[in-house]
Amino acid sequence: MKLLYLTITLTLLSTALLAAESPVELLSANTDIQDKASLRRGAYLFINQCTSCHSAKYMRYARLARDLEISEEEVVDNMLRFGATKISDTISSAMTPDAGEKAYGIAPPDLTLEAKYRGVDWVYSYLMGFYKDEKTTFGYNNRVMNNVAMPWILASSQESMSEEEFSRDMRDLTNFMDYMAEPIKPWRQNFGKYVIIFLLVLLIPVWLLKREYWRDIHGLRSPTSV
Amino acid sequence: MSLLTRKSTDLLHWIDYRLPIIQAFKTHMSEYYAPKNLNFWYFFGVLAMLAFANQLLSGIWLTMFYTPTIESAFASIEYIMRDVESGWIIRYMHEVGASFFFIAVYLHIYRGFLYGSYKKPRELVWLIGMFIYLLMMAEGFFGYVLPFGNMSFWGAKVIMNIIGVIPVIGEDLQIWVQGDFFISGATLSRFFAFHVALVPIILIAGIYLHVIALHQVGSNNPEGIDIKAHKDENGIPLDGIPFHPYYTVHDLIPVVLFILAFFVTIFYFPDGGGFFIEPPNYIPANNLSTPDHITPVWYFTPFYAMLRAVTITFLGMDAKFWGLIVITGAILVLFFLPWLDRSPVKSLRYKGRVSKAFLMIWTFCFIGLGVLGIKPADWAPEWVSPTFTIIYFAYFLLMPFYTRWETCKTVPERITANGQRSR
Ligand code: HEC
Ligand code: HEM
Repeated sequence: MKLLYLTITLTLLSTALLAAESPVELLSANTDIQDKASLRRGAYLFINQCTSCHSAKYMRYARLARDLEISEEEVVDNMLRFGATKISDTISSAMTPDAGEKAYGIAPPDLTLEAKYRGVDWVYSYLMGFYKDEKTTFGYNNRVMNNVAMPWILASSQESMSEEEFSRDMRDLTNFMDYMAEPIKPWRQNFGKYVIIFLLVLLIPVWLLKREYWRDIHGLRSPTSV
Repeated sequence: MSLLTRKSTDLLHWIDYRLPIIQAFKTHMSEYYAPKNLNFWYFFGVLAMLAFANQLLSGIWLTMFYTPTIESAFASIEYIMRDVESGWIIRYMHEVGASFFFIAVYLHIYRGFLYGSYKKPRELVWLIGMFIYLLMMAEGFFGYVLPFGNMSFWGAKVIMNIIGVIPVIGEDLQIWVQGDFFISGATLSRFFAFHVALVPIILIAGIYLHVIALHQVGSNNPEGIDIKAHKDENGIPLDGIPFHPYYTVHDLIPVVLFILAFFVTIFYFPDGGGFFIEPPNYIPANNLSTPDHITPVWYFTPFYAMLRAVTITFLGMDAKFWGLIVITGAILVLFFLPWLDRSPVKSLRYKGRVSKAFLMIWTFCFIGLGVLGIKPADWAPEWVSPTFTIIYFAYFLLMPFYTRWETCKTVPERITANGQRSR
């Protein structure tokens, strides 16, 4: 029996180890979803730089204002873009998918769930991954997405900023995209520990109750004698 | 207070006169005698029931907000995750709950392997259980299609095409089930009906019959000792204890632990590391973009690996057809377990070396197939999955022989005083 349990454990362990490989080397994003300042910077970056092509059609401005503690006036005055008129609207893009497809050969995808679809490390590596490559038609490429169709819109900021500043920006942007993919995430990670503590505490009376009832079980001859 | 007690006793008897609730409570709880040595493997039946209740409750909530149309299914899930009050936790309870349900049931079935729970007189308990397992697989499949993400779509397509390879009737059957020539709105709305009404109703009936059948014959135990062989003058098994209160308070501990593990997952790993919700399901179904590799959710992967293990065309039939035969066989053979096991003893503790070694190898292969089913087809050398598949079958098909020929230890007459295993 012991040997059997050992086999099961070893099999499961080796499975867990095998699961941990990845095809492309990715940078680690190291984002902190609890960092509201970072999320706010990311939100501005996203809305200013990305919404000309990408939408985030499930993300409401009102939710963003509430969660990231940005005042509604500020959002209405400075963030609403491209067809969004009310704070209850979602983040739309300046470009219709058809226009996008015509311009780039492939429509810029909606990015609401991108961080869940590809993973934060991938998104970060993608944003950091543009480089000059004379072999391609447009003279640039991307480390994690070969022959990328997205224009290197970050080129000017990448040039004007220091390496550190740029990677901080991209980290903030990635962080925001992680939040956007699941707006409840920061909250649930915070709140989860109370649920866990409650259940751990509940375990004590439950365990004592069992012990109390089972105290007499060993000497038990027949249940009728209880 | 005493007035209240009297009133409630009156009410109880008023009801009992018309509906035998007191007798039912006695039969199934306070006078249901379970062996006193049940170990942790026996928690999983109750945990499966808990998980099932959770699926029903959270599922009803989801039904209020989900829209079963191709245009809005995906968006309605995001609506639940973002705009519906507490929608996110309801959805996670349902999604994580499905995997926890399968974890509980897999361990529950495995307990049967260990202690020979399927053997006489519990054959029907086992058969009903297998029937439940089939229904659960159908339920899991239909449910996974509903969000209509890209993996939902391609997964459904793969499974539906498997139906299509059945000779003669296959294509018509596939169209009949799909309700269309391809996976369409008609498919989605009928899968919704199956998932929320048809299958759950049969499941409820199945679980009810499962427990009734078990209580008719009583629980087995890790020793495989028949506790009904030694009864006192009142006909009560000497090694039995009333389910209530002993096992009810006992089961509360694993229940709390299970809920704990459940909420740790919900709050910190709701995607189950990509195993509960696969990443491609975060983009909407797209007929033109196939996911890099199509894999089912983890609880189907051993069978998926067997399907892919078959690569030969034989007797003019496509490899897919033989794959279908293999997975059908892999599930069907489980139904026959009570009659394949010819051992004079029930529990592995008293079986011979061959049974022990074979189960160990089988376990390795089954989990191994699960891993292979998750990975791309070219991940392991070609011979691995066919070999594991063959061993999977050999374990069952050779069982009538090795269980009869091996030497077993003698099973004690009684469960020892402290309820622990005797050596
Ligand atoms: C000028 C239009 C344009 C702008 C501005 C733009 N993108 Fe893109 N983006 C595209 C196109 C086109 C693609 C499709 C690339 C492909 O598939 O080769 C794309 C693809 C992507 C992808 C990969 C999607 C996938 O396949 O998983 C990410 C991530 C992304 N963009 C992020 C951003 C972010 C963040 C910004 C803002 C800093 C941004 N984009 C700004 C046009 C744009
Ligand atoms: C919805 C799923 C299921 C539920 C809710 C369920 C519930 C239960 C419960 C409450 C018990 C008694 C407690 C225990 O022994 O753990 C039990 C016993 C049993 N179940 Fe299940 N079960 C389910 C699925 C299955 C399946 C899929 C099988 C296998 C084919 C199975 C086979 C058995 C057997 C053989 C027993 C008797 C165990 C013994 O006495 O040793 N069950 N089930």
